[in-house]
Amino acid sequence: MIERRYYGEFGGAYIPEILVSTFEQLVAAFNDAKADPDFWKEYENIMATYSCRPTPLTFAENLTKHFKGPRFYIKREDLNHTGAHKTNNVMGQGLLVKRMGKSRVIAETGAGQHGVATATMAAKFGLSCTIYMGEVDVARQRPNVFWMERLGAHVLPVRDGTRILKDAINEALRDWTTNMDDTHYVLGTACGAHPYPEMVSYFQSIIGQEARMQILDREGKLPSRIYACVGGGSNALGIFSGFFDEPVELVGVEAGGKGLDTGQHASRLASNNGTPGVAQGYKTYFLQNREGQMKETHSVAAGLDYVGVSPILASLREEGKVRFEAATDREVLDAFSLTVEKEGLIPALESSHAFAQAFKEANELGEGDIILINQSGRGDKDIFTIADAFCDPQWRKFIQKKAEEYGA
Amino acid sequence: MLETYLRNRLDEKEILLMTHIVLGYPSFDDSFRIIEAMVASGVDLMELQIPFSEPTADGPVIVHANQRSLEGGATLKDCFYLVEKATHSFDIPFLIMSYYNILFRYGVRRFVADMSQGGILGSIIPDLPPEEGQEYLDAMQKHGLAPILIFSPTTSLDRMRYISSFGKGFIYCVARKGVTGSNTKFSEGSATYLTKCRKSTSLPLALGFGIKEKSDIDFLKGKADIAVIGSQTIRIMEQQGVDSVRNFICSLR
Repeated sequence: MIERRYYGEFGGAYIPEILVSTFEQLVAAFNDAKADPDFWKEYENIMATYSCRPTPLTFAENLTKHFKGPRFYIKREDLNHTGAHKTNNVMGQGLLVKRMGKSRVIAETGAGQHGVATATMAAKFGLSCTIYMGEVDVARQRPNVFWMERLGAHVLPVRDGTRILKDAINEALRDWTTNMDDTHYVLGTACGAHPYPEMVSYFQSIIGQEARMQILDREGKLPSRIYACVGGGSNALGIFSGFFDEPVELVGVEAGGKGLDTGQHASRLASNNGTPGVAQGYKTYFLQNREGQMKETHSVAAGLDYVGVSPILASLREEGKVRFEAATDREVLDAFSLTVEKEGLIPALESSHAFAQAFKEANELGEGDIILINQSGRGDKDIFTIADAFCDPQWRKFIQKKAEEYGA
Repeated sequence: MLETYLRNRLDEKEILLMTHIVLGYPSFDDSFRIIEAMVASGVDLMELQIPFSEPTADGPVIVHANQRSLEGGATLKDCFYLVEKATHSFDIPFLIMSYYNILFRYGVRRFVADMSQGGILGSIIPDLPPEEGQEYLDAMQKHGLAPILIFSPTTSLDRMRYISSFGKGFIYCVARKGVTGSNTKFSEGSATYLTKCRKSTSLPLALGFGIKEKSDIDFLKGKADIAVIGSQTIRIMEQQGVDSVRNFICSLR
């Protein structure tokens, strides 16, 4: 029997028969690991020695002064190895791969962060590695492709469908149905068939555990609100998980793209456009047409540009435990600039969505309140994307000159 | 109903032929002409695929056909219209193949009722394991339609028995790991696999994934009851046009 897990009416395991035994093996390995007290210690140890954990909690003094209200704290997931929270999940799954004795990993990637994280894990653990990436994303994320290839991964551009993240997931699934004997699929977010939503959240919960201890240590009380951006939802679930069932308002911020009324966004829960559906192995809210065909999505941040969302978050919304909002591309760039200028922090465009919403709502809170923002990734490595987003003229000149040097 | 038809047919033929098309590819008119050609060349039953934007169990040829059909504006209404036209025009069983989201969005019970209304005898939903399929299985039973369930080379004997307990009509045995359309090397291993499938169910067995030519079908005689031709007819049609389909199917016998 397939082990299925539902969160309210969402989740499940809609898997083709060919993968059933592979999922059984993965569920068993994950359940064994969870039950083994040494496993979490091994995980914490590798995250401490390979990836700077625990990551710091930074008091944002200048933002606090600027908004003349709540105290801003930033959880610094950007300081992880490879620059984002993605490595938490990847290293955890890497340890499971070792337990299962497999020799190859595959992954999908959108912005390239998850691909780079997976490639580092594969290099460290001596696994062969193939990364599926939509052709559109390959074109806009060359620096990450460069690093994946230097790390020894094969990066395969996906030319089907909309040629972005969801299509990369489909192609990774196709590879897996062929090569499951020696291959593990390192899904990058808390989506997909069971056990992925639970497993990815489990590894990401390290963020929330740390943040809770850190804020209590520093301020002696819990934050009033926590903001996290939501693509698939893994960084949000990671930080939120430390504060469930507490009087803390949890806010998930989706990609508002060019505005919710334009249809060009990736907001499944905050807009009225998302509807329940079943695809890529699980039931959740998707951006789809009436007949269930998936729509194109848009965001300035490739990592949020996805049609589905974690079934755990879909359920938390129904229960009223997490509030969902959307920040537009414009608001995100403004929030990014303010954060860079005031604090010298460089959040990824994905993470800047969380900052944008926190800034929009800062005046709702008073001096006694604490706002906690999850800075899920760093922006400096996405310089091509960010320079483009700002239409930076000097950068453009530099690239043109570089192109001349290459004889283009 | 479907099983009885297959049994009667098997009294006359050593192995039956099931073909597959993607509705609306390259167009709905062409889809109808292809069905017509396939029936004329003696195909025993057909699966009609309703296109989906995320066809994860399919390989490149069928993925491309799904995409093109949707880009051409295919809707469920168009698909059901063609289905009904086919079932009224031709005297062979037709099955629907699609992914679960199509049924889920339409309403599973309503979808099954419409299939029944349209003269369809069964359906194949590759991303719906029986564990998730209660509503679907109940509705199929209510309308006397056959839910065609799937065995794979990684399925244990116990699980085959479990799956078989929900199946009707026949069992679709996937010949190998992977997606539709890649080459399959039919060998000793395939024969052993089919023996195991046979042991676990009393339903007829169809074998699909990678069947391309007469020698593949000859190999399956005496081992499987139905040979499924999917991607290869689409390839032939793309290379040589709709009219070449008939010759291709005839060459398989």
